[in-house]
Amino acid sequence: MNLFASAIDWILDPANYVGLNAIPLRLAQHLLFTLVTLVIASAIAIPLGYLIGHTGRGRSLAVMTSGGLRAIPTLGLLTLVALWVGIGVVAPYVALTVLAIPPILAGAYTGFEAIDRRTVDAARAVGMSELQIVRKVEVPLGLPLLIGGLRSATLQVIATATLAAYVADIGLGRYLFSGLKNRDYAEMLGGSILVILLALVLEGIFALIQRFVVPRGVSGRAGPGSGNAGRPSISANLPERSTAIR
Amino acid sequence: MTWVLANLGLIWARTLDHVVLSLPPIVLCFVIALPLGWLARRYRISRGIILTAAGLLYAVPSLPLIFVLPAVIGTGLLSPVNVIVALTLYGIALMVRVVSDGLDSVDADVRQSASAVGYSTWSRFWQVELPLSGPVLLAGMRVVVVSTVSLVTVGAVVGVQSLGSLFTDGFQRGIQAEIIAGLVTTVGLALLLDGALVLAGRVLMPWTRRGAGTKRSAAVEVTAA
Repeated sequence: MNLFASAIDWILDPANYVGLNAIPLRLAQHLLFTLVTLVIASAIAIPLGYLIGHTGRGRSLAVMTSGGLRAIPTLGLLTLVALWVGIGVVAPYVALTVLAIPPILAGAYTGFEAIDRRTVDAARAVGMSELQIVRKVEVPLGLPLLIGGLRSATLQVIATATLAAYVADIGLGRYLFSGLKNRDYAEMLGGSILVILLALVLEGIFALIQRFVVPRGVSGRAGPGSGNAGRPSISANLPERSTAIR
Repeated sequence: MTWVLANLGLIWARTLDHVVLSLPPIVLCFVIALPLGWLARRYRISRGIILTAAGLLYAVPSLPLIFVLPAVIGTGLLSPVNVIVALTLYGIALMVRVVSDGLDSVDADVRQSASAVGYSTWSRFWQVELPLSGPVLLAGMRVVVVSTVSLVTVGAVVGVQSLGSLFTDGFQRGIQAEIIAGLVTTVGLALLLDGALVLAGRVLMPWTRRGAGTKRSAAVEVTAA
């Protein structure tokens, strides 16, 4: 595999560790961009999702909008926003926030919906206020599904941030496009390998987080007496799939 | 709007390119995921391996995959085959899990009854388990259809023509209408194929029509979205 050897050479080439196109710098840019996008998207989607999940209102509207948003091709949204706001980092931020909202929103409200109604009623019966129910019952129990939503949003943003280099000089995607322009396959392949590794590492980290955020006493292997406590962890990957089309 | 009217021929040609790139992955991933999903459900060891591999595969970003595939399968960088293979892989990654879950959703009593009245493992799969897991498989394929149609556009940045070419071309030449036309056509194509799938599901699985009320409202939501 000569091509891969040259890509590895490119990744290890000291020339790619200095200046504006240094790999660590691009990697940090990519991660920071992803993080900021996720924070903005979460700030919008989580409170909204919790509101929908807690009250049960506006669910069909949320399902409909997220379904519609998902069918929109990223590249189209990215280029359109770039034409509106001009070349630069604003377009990727806007386009990617829009893309990151649906999975997080779905994770937030399905997390609440997956909770056994009797558990919520019991919390109300022992005198908890609505705010306490949300904070002490619904948020912890809904956490696995929310993390699942954040996980798919992260993967989507990492992937699409690569595409963002098409309209802005940002992140690791830059290598793919400059390699394409200069017919330098080693650079394209090296850059691609870096992005894929980054995505896989984050996927692994999220898989671990998802395993550990299940609240104590709510294990996936719970016995029949614990109601549907096991459900969140089992169906943790479902929100994306089950709500994508509806 | 003037741009759209003046370029209907171009939009139509790109739509056909898009369909040619979308259909093979959709069909192939189902055909390949079926035995893999069966295998994943059947044995504990194969389940762990196959589902983990599928999960990791699904995590690989699409654009880098399109760049890496030529080095793996020996195609040219600009070959449409890369896009088709990449999207087939995503479809498999998603459907393997769906097939395994779908087969799992078949009641153990039903499975045993089928064996008791004399079905072989082979015929039990085709005549009992597969039809009964049909609704789950259909739901999975609907996701595959919409995401495939949307992801085909990514190939445009390396030069594989599709409706995505309207995005790259519109961006480079600063024609907003071209990008919007691409967006509308792509989403429209996804909804059309999705609708065809739902229709096929109703024809092939007439027993699910009793609950058609919910399905119909889902279809309406999709159109409205």
